[in-house]
Amino acid sequence: MTRDLSPPAPQHAVDIQGVRKAFGPNTVLDRVDLRVDAGEVLALLGANGSGKTTLLKILATLLRPSAGRGRVAGFDLAKDVESIRARVGLLAHGSYVYEDLTAAENLRFWATMAGLPADQASLQSALRAVELDQVAGERARTFSSGMKRRLALARILLGAPRLLLLDEPYAGLDQKGKKWIEEVMLDFKGKGGAVIVATHSFGRGLSVADRVAILSGGRIALDRARASLDLEELHRLYALSTENGA
Amino acid sequence: MFARRAWIVLWKDLLTERRSKESLNALFFFAFLLLLLFEFALGPDRERLAAALPGLLWLGFVLAGLLGLGRTFLVERENDCWEGLVLTPGDKSAIYLGKLAGNFLLMLIVEVVLLALFGIFYNVDLWSALAPLSVVMILGTAGLAAVGTLFAAMTARVRARELLFPLLLLPVQVPVLLATVKATEAVLQGLPLAEVGQWLKLVAAADIIYLVVGLLTFEFILEA
Amino acid sequence: MTRWLGWLAALGLLAGLAMGFGYAPKDAVQGNVQRIMYLHVPSILTAYVAFALVLAGSLGFLFTRRLAWDRLAHAAGEIGVVFTALTLVSGSIWGKPTWGTWWTWDARLTSTAILFVVYVGYLLLRSMAEERDRGARYAAVVGIMGAVNIPIVHFSVLWWRTLHQPPTILSPERAPMAPAMLRALLVNVVALLLVFLYLLSKRLTVRRLEDELRA
Repeated sequence: MTRDLSPPAPQHAVDIQGVRKAFGPNTVLDRVDLRVDAGEVLALLGANGSGKTTLLKILATLLRPSAGRGRVAGFDLAKDVESIRARVGLLAHGSYVYEDLTAAENLRFWATMAGLPADQASLQSALRAVELDQVAGERARTFSSGMKRRLALARILLGAPRLLLLDEPYAGLDQKGKKWIEEVMLDFKGKGGAVIVATHSFGRGLSVADRVAILSGGRIALDRARASLDLEELHRLYALSTENGA
Repeated sequence: MFARRAWIVLWKDLLTERRSKESLNALFFFAFLLLLLFEFALGPDRERLAAALPGLLWLGFVLAGLLGLGRTFLVERENDCWEGLVLTPGDKSAIYLGKLAGNFLLMLIVEVVLLALFGIFYNVDLWSALAPLSVVMILGTAGLAAVGTLFAAMTARVRARELLFPLLLLPVQVPVLLATVKATEAVLQGLPLAEVGQWLKLVAAADIIYLVVGLLTFEFILEA
Repeated sequence: MTRWLGWLAALGLLAGLAMGFGYAPKDAVQGNVQRIMYLHVPSILTAYVAFALVLAGSLGFLFTRRLAWDRLAHAAGEIGVVFTALTLVSGSIWGKPTWGTWWTWDARLTSTAILFVVYVGYLLLRSMAEERDRGARYAAVVGIMGAVNIPIVHFSVLWWRTLHQPPTILSPERAPMAPAMLRALLVNVVALLLVFLYLLSKRLTVRRLEDELRA
């Protein structure tokens, strides 16, 4: 497989306009405009069913938008799907972990599928980065959901993406795990990557975010720099938007 | 690159099967059950059995195939691995080829067991016809697995999967079934392969056509 | 357009009936039973046209992702199945007095029966896929597989029946036909193709409205 590694100067990690997605008669996303720069962390808030997951799936090219256009990691969402896939990492609800394979085997499988080097050393170091090197030889069936999510992160980071899409990364994690996710985000941001973290809870995520966007009624109801908002105001806006949206 | 990815899919599937033994154990047992069923349906009359043997053999292969092939994409639904496959950059047909290879091997193993059971329980001399018979089996199984893998990927994500898979697969498989049964019949009578060359060519042509259609269309099925 | 097609088809059918029963002579060997050929042969030809359209619609959809192609494949598939059923039933009715049995595993009958089940499966799949786009993609793959399989089915069944027993005699198409019979047949072919086009345009309208409602 030949992969074009020199994209046409990516101005924004994400730049989409008028994205719409309908499943049959249900319009989940109405007209979403969103822009995220490299080195930026965007917290995407919204009630359950507000379309956060759908939006992330569209950005990751898992779903095709019903209408609208845009670029992700510098590539056209409609035409350059494969180029986007090579540069975007999605931490979805599912961990993409095969239960009957060991941690190392899982990683080896996905690395090979992505055309990445799958030698013992690079797999081991990827596992060490997510603190799973001690259980590298154990089957994923024995892992907790937190461990599976870390394994998923190891798989994602192995591909050195430019954009990280995290869908409810805190769900089901203990304090240590949550903190650990935030460190990953900060580290990733420090290397110039962009992050979109979708969450319906307020506690975490906001502290590392540069910007906050609220998704409501199929649209971006609010999009502001984190520094310009105090938490109380944000709570008020969030409550307001979820009422209107539903 | 293509080959490496197809190979890793095959490796993953074989490893999973070796550890869980889900399909194989069940299929071995199923093969044994079929044997009993055929016996009860036809009675102990040897001649009747010998006449029906080629058909029974392939009926057994196809039924085992329906059971085994229909499951191959269920492992991809666990933890949404399916999505991960969609998101891997590059040609998706490598996944199809890897899956197909795994199914082909799995089916062959089950078929060999079923064949051995037939040989033992019905006292048929399969040994002398083993070489030509295996050619027929390999060609027929390739066709079955090629369409089966494609349709299993499809029916893994629709309602009434168990129902739809055989309803789609069986009609398409009729020509392969006709050809392999005829060829098996001739081979078991001690005729050389050259006598059934026409049938073998037909199955081979069908295999190639199915494989090409599978490789070209798989990405449309995988897509979310 | 649809209405015009309807009137044309009705006219064609009337002409076909007149030709089949009035103009065409009684068959010397089979008698009046042979006249069922004027329905039987046009039916299967129309079914083949329909399945060719299923293939075209399937390919068109996969290449362009336009639902209009998918609607064409779906509508053609439905009507194709109806005409295949008509072929089987008319063949069966003809077979009873001619062969003395409703059904025989004649090569043509058998491959038509296989064709029938392949496309019934195709329609079943369409009804069971929940998401519109996914259902269309899956159906397209089955539509393509069904079409490329037709020649394989044809040869396998032909050899299956002919390698070990003489081919069935008295198939209506085989003997050289009287010119009057041929003309009657042609009129009926045109009539049934018109009926097909009429039904197709009706079904396409319904499907389009369904898609518009859904969107």
